[in-house]
Amino acid sequence: MSIKYSEDHEWVKVQDEDLVIIGITDFAQEQLGDLVFIELPEVGDECSRGDNISVIESVKAASDLVAPVSGEIVEVNDRLADEPELVSEDSMGDGWFIKVKLSNVSELDDLMDDDAYQTFIED
Amino acid sequence: MSSVDRILTTPLHQMHLDADAKMVPFAGYEMPLQYPLGIKKEHLHTRENAGLFDVSHMGQIKLTGQNAKQALETLVPVDIVDLPLMKQRYAVFTNKKGGVMDDLMVTNIGDDGLFLVVNAACKVADFEHLKSLVDSGCEVELLEDVALLALQGPKSCEVLSKFAPSCSEMTFMTAKILEIDGVECLATRSGYSGEDGFEISMPGHQAERIAKLLISDQAVEWVGLGARDSLRLEAGLSLYGHELDQQHSPVESSLTWALSKTRRLGGERPGGYPGDVIVMSHLSEGTKVKIVGLQPEGRVPVRDGAMIENGAGNRVGQVTSGGFSPSTGKPVAIARIEVSCIDDKSNLFALVRDKKIPVSVVKLPFVKQNYFRG
Repeated sequence: MSIKYSEDHEWVKVQDEDLVIIGITDFAQEQLGDLVFIELPEVGDECSRGDNISVIESVKAASDLVAPVSGEIVEVNDRLADEPELVSEDSMGDGWFIKVKLSNVSELDDLMDDDAYQTFIED
Repeated sequence: MSSVDRILTTPLHQMHLDADAKMVPFAGYEMPLQYPLGIKKEHLHTRENAGLFDVSHMGQIKLTGQNAKQALETLVPVDIVDLPLMKQRYAVFTNKKGGVMDDLMVTNIGDDGLFLVVNAACKVADFEHLKSLVDSGCEVELLEDVALLALQGPKSCEVLSKFAPSCSEMTFMTAKILEIDGVECLATRSGYSGEDGFEISMPGHQAERIAKLLISDQAVEWVGLGARDSLRLEAGLSLYGHELDQQHSPVESSLTWALSKTRRLGGERPGGYPGDVIVMSHLSEGTKVKIVGLQPEGRVPVRDGAMIENGAGNRVGQVTSGGFSPSTGKPVAIARIEVSCIDDKSNLFALVRDKKIPVSVVKLPFVKQNYFRG
């Protein structure tokens, strides 16, 4: 299963040919600080790459989750509504945000691989 | 880069860097927003143990002269003349329209001297404002090369007593000269977290040594500006630029408690400060708006700037401070709203990203204040 990264610090795990899981990276959650509330989109919503699809509230401020790919939201992690701390505890696992059925699989090619992302955050 | 643009640092700057703080620009200074512990834990640590805050960016001003007390009364609606020796009082500078220019702490340090602590962002303007008192024979000095440390939390006294045992004789809003490791410091038993604690003024070049002593205690952790804000918010304490501004009188900001009886109509020295007519009319006739606590329903933080609507969809106010309260585990907010909608117990909503979050008006503070009154 391959993992890609966006410049907005999201990870995109390809689960199936056109089905991906999306979350935020450890780097992102550390930058945001203690998370207190996450507002997720509705299942069935369509998103285009670059759309603000979710709001992440930390103790400090509200930030947007920007869609790294386009498609239909087929599942959301309902646990985050009551347990936003899951993102801090396990950002790549239990702290996932949404599953998206891609409308344009080629958008994945525009995302970074692990090495490229590590270089990106070091800069 | 011009000297105006240059970012200032406090005498403890290097210590913050060494403690791995996340530094941010604040009121012209590079200040610690948070340390590796994080805002939430720093906040809770202060409520349960003791937090150390570098607040050296704040203005420390000395006002001296035989008439210093009378002179300061021409700028604040507060009784300064009868402020006893080594006692501290909260005050506000008003403008001609009765609005608030800044809030400050005033301590009578004796020998015709008053010690003022003012907000960092306002200190230059406050200093200029105070210079008008030079005509009444006062000397005004904005202290340079000084540091201000706040030690806040239920264990503050226990910790500070190890280095300055006589601090335990102090009660809330009193001052004392303490010798800490051979350094003479002016301490007040006060702060802005809602907890018992001290604010300690000291020479800048000694600050690192004293900070190292205090932080070496197991009960003490560094606390940054992030938790400083959430602590004062829970404690229901006003912040300049949020609850207090030039456009609203102290009465419209629910600071009526801070306006001394002696300076009100019928008192010994009524009025005689900028905007006194307006402030006194607000006192006698009431105001259309006031500052209240709001408890939002659910988990969505309702932050500064959020509009408040009544059930009919009319705008009735705005959130002045809001966020997540680590102590209650819920969002909390302070807002300036129309008094009429409190009286008729309207259903109120905060607008967050175009959604209506139901909010109810609650008494401040959100978390009980724990001052040591002896």
